[in-house]
Amino acid sequence: MSTEKAVSTAEFHKANKPDLYTHPDYYLMDELLTEEHKLVRSMVRDYVKKELSPIIEDMAQQAKFNYDMVKQLGDLGCFGPQLPVEYGCGGMDYITYGIMMQELERCDSGVRSTASVQGSLVMYPIYKFGSEEQKHKYLPKLAKGEWLGCFGLTEPNHGSDPGGMTTNFKDAGDGKHVILNGAKMWISNSPYADVAVVWAKNEQGKIKGIIVERGMAGFSTPETHNKWSLRASATGELVFNDVKVPIENILPGVEGLKGPLTCLNSARYGIAWGAIGSAMDCYDTALRYSKERIQFGKPIAGFQLQQKKLAEMITEITKAQLLTWRLGVLMNEGRATPAQISLAKRNNVDLALNVARNARQILGGMGITGEYPIMRHMMNLESVVTYEGTHDIHLLITGLDITGENAFA
Amino acid sequence: MKILVCISNVPDTTTKVTFTDNNTKFNAAGVQFIINPYDELALTRALEITEKQGGTVTAINVGLADAEPSIRKTLAIGANDAVRINAEPIDAYFVAEQIAAYAKSEQFDLILTGRESIDYNGGLVGGLLAEMLGIPSVNVITSIEVENGVATMERDIDGGKEKVSCKLPLVASAQKELTEPRIPNMRGIMAARTKPLKVVEVSGDLITSATVGFELPAAKGGVKLIPADQAEQLIELLHNEAKVI
Repeated sequence: MSTEKAVSTAEFHKANKPDLYTHPDYYLMDELLTEEHKLVRSMVRDYVKKELSPIIEDMAQQAKFNYDMVKQLGDLGCFGPQLPVEYGCGGMDYITYGIMMQELERCDSGVRSTASVQGSLVMYPIYKFGSEEQKHKYLPKLAKGEWLGCFGLTEPNHGSDPGGMTTNFKDAGDGKHVILNGAKMWISNSPYADVAVVWAKNEQGKIKGIIVERGMAGFSTPETHNKWSLRASATGELVFNDVKVPIENILPGVEGLKGPLTCLNSARYGIAWGAIGSAMDCYDTALRYSKERIQFGKPIAGFQLQQKKLAEMITEITKAQLLTWRLGVLMNEGRATPAQISLAKRNNVDLALNVARNARQILGGMGITGEYPIMRHMMNLESVVTYEGTHDIHLLITGLDITGENAFA
Repeated sequence: MKILVCISNVPDTTTKVTFTDNNTKFNAAGVQFIINPYDELALTRALEITEKQGGTVTAINVGLADAEPSIRKTLAIGANDAVRINAEPIDAYFVAEQIAAYAKSEQFDLILTGRESIDYNGGLVGGLLAEMLGIPSVNVITSIEVENGVATMERDIDGGKEKVSCKLPLVASAQKELTEPRIPNMRGIMAARTKPLKVVEVSGDLITSATVGFELPAAKGGVKLIPADQAEQLIELLHNEAKVI
């Protein structure tokens, strides 16, 4: 693993401020959750408050990746909790997975990204499309956080149109290997990943998934620097220069765009939950601040313009909580459609951005400082609204679904 | 080594406290309940001891079914099994009596409690329980090690520390410094699904006390700021308005 640049928890500055977060539950949504769901939520929240809240601001300000977090998230069971126990995973339902993503993104979208890439984009395709050998080789280590994984789909010239990818592999002629060439961009976890699930075209031009491991000659993962967003998570490229990959690393179970898109469905579902987490943290922060900040002799919570912002925030958050819980039930029943997931991802990230922007205004100048999480959430959400299907692309997915007319191209 | 840990189910520390029934009952509507933090420390220390030298940890709670999420959490954290005495925990005497009745039949080597529960802050159950069982009790311990049937404990006293050793069995109550609370993980939560949670009916019906009424502390008064150069005005207000001099 490439951890020489990664930093451990001890190297971050600890803030003294307590994390007072409590989640808003205006429609008593907790009654729709099982005791186990709530136990999982308190587990992740306690972990975040203890280990991450004190240092998350410094992680983001320094833009350094806290590698200890990978092992910690693995120990908790945040990697692939919805995958079967026989591969070292949690065997939990999709609502549990969603709750975990929500609590992690409540802390920071970058933290959630690290977990959802590992669980939904690396472990899920190996579980869904991999051979038994591949599953047993990779999943237990990824679940425990002993290995970190990344997912290579987007290329410099192919983002919303992944089908046009140019990364390709051809037979090495020895009957045992293929030769992989190409480059992937905007890859979460890549600089520290031990394993990459890469989507590339074979000689027939068909998209296949292939597992590339760190250390294979010709494979490098340069880090993307100077991001203003997701600064607590590592982003990079995947560069393949005549990389010789064993044939047994090809995922046998899928061919075509369906492979990566299936993974994205699972990840987008996690984002739908996660984005509400960001929104709830911004709302909780702004509500508390508005009751404490005195102007013109009274708390600013008592002014109509601030109440309008807060009331609209809780309205949107409550709608999203209900919508997303229902999506979770459909996921558990295997009935959620990709278009339903798109609608939730698009809606929730958009509302989270709006909540963050309004919360920022309630905090005035304090809202732009690192004393409060709001600006960090807002900047993070600018990535979240773009990755895993942009805001616009998800709208076209809904458009196609309801009209039957394709407006993508 | 058989350890029993007594668990209270208490309102979360951030709860806004209100009362119902003419101020005789705590209003639990919308309140999040948690394992009493001191009891959580006792549980964690019990697990550390049994992990090192073998044994079992049983969590016990006197409470109604609504306490089960907290009890289930003790199993997720690592307790081997749990017992719920099916009754409203009316007061410390009642709770201690119920736990004593159960403990008598099970022969525990060590019983740990929190120093107090953070709702009523009585701090009585440990001592009462020891008395009822006829065994020693050591209150408010900051460390405990067990070896060859003897527990060595430390407690904070005025201006220093006291080191106590005591033969097992005994009851000890946990102070904050005893250990760090343990966050359960997914594997623990899954394991908790199949661990036994036994529900035991009440023995006896002794009620020794009843709450006459609760009262919240008076709301904080406003603050009057007197400019530094007007000390006379301050003295006048202290004399005539606050009437403290």
